[in-house]
Amino acid sequence: MPMQPEEIERLIKASLPDAEVDIQDVAGDGDHYAATVISEAFRGKTRVQQHQMVYTALQGNMGGALHALALQTKVPDSKPAQ
Amino acid sequence: MSEQDVQSWIKDQVTANDVVLFMKGTKEFPQCGFSGRVAQILAYLGVNYRDINVLADQSVRDGIKVYANWPTIPQLYIKGEFVGGADIVSEMFQSGDLQTMLTEKGVPTNKTHKVA
Repeated sequence: MPMQPEEIERLIKASLPDAEVDIQDVAGDGDHYAATVISEAFRGKTRVQQHQMVYTALQGNMGGALHALALQTKVPDSKPAQ
Repeated sequence: MSEQDVQSWIKDQVTANDVVLFMKGTKEFPQCGFSGRVAQILAYLGVNYRDINVLADQSVRDGIKVYANWPTIPQLYIKGEFVGGADIVSEMFQSGDLQTMLTEKGVPTNKTHKVA
């Protein structure tokens, strides 16, 4: 069953309270999303670690209920983290 | 394969091969757009890599998610290190970080910049 963007945002913010979350329904089918997540918690983390933090926030829905979530993570006021 | 056998089999693959891509389908016939995107980037860079089709073995498909604590396919490994999935690999390719990483780890590409 597809997830609503509000639910995705809620789960991410529950785990990363300061996060700025922008979610686009890229295919318009409620199943393929692109998300940009900006959080201070990402500072000093590798890209892999940053994405893992978001996946952890999604509590196992990634790869399950959430088929496709193109993810971009950033630290506030900076270029995409290294 | 048992769960433990799968984990050690995966470790063997990513250790024995410089570059390994766990993907849906094969490098010739990717069966998912995300897997195809990474295969295309590696082909463009002329990287020699081992492709492992997770659709051919359910235990590998499940096991690879545990191995890197990463919930999705594709997964790219360079010299045994998990580099990322389609988003991270695309981002690193566009910024040139992927090319730098391959060069630093001694993996030949056809895009290696010669220092004058």
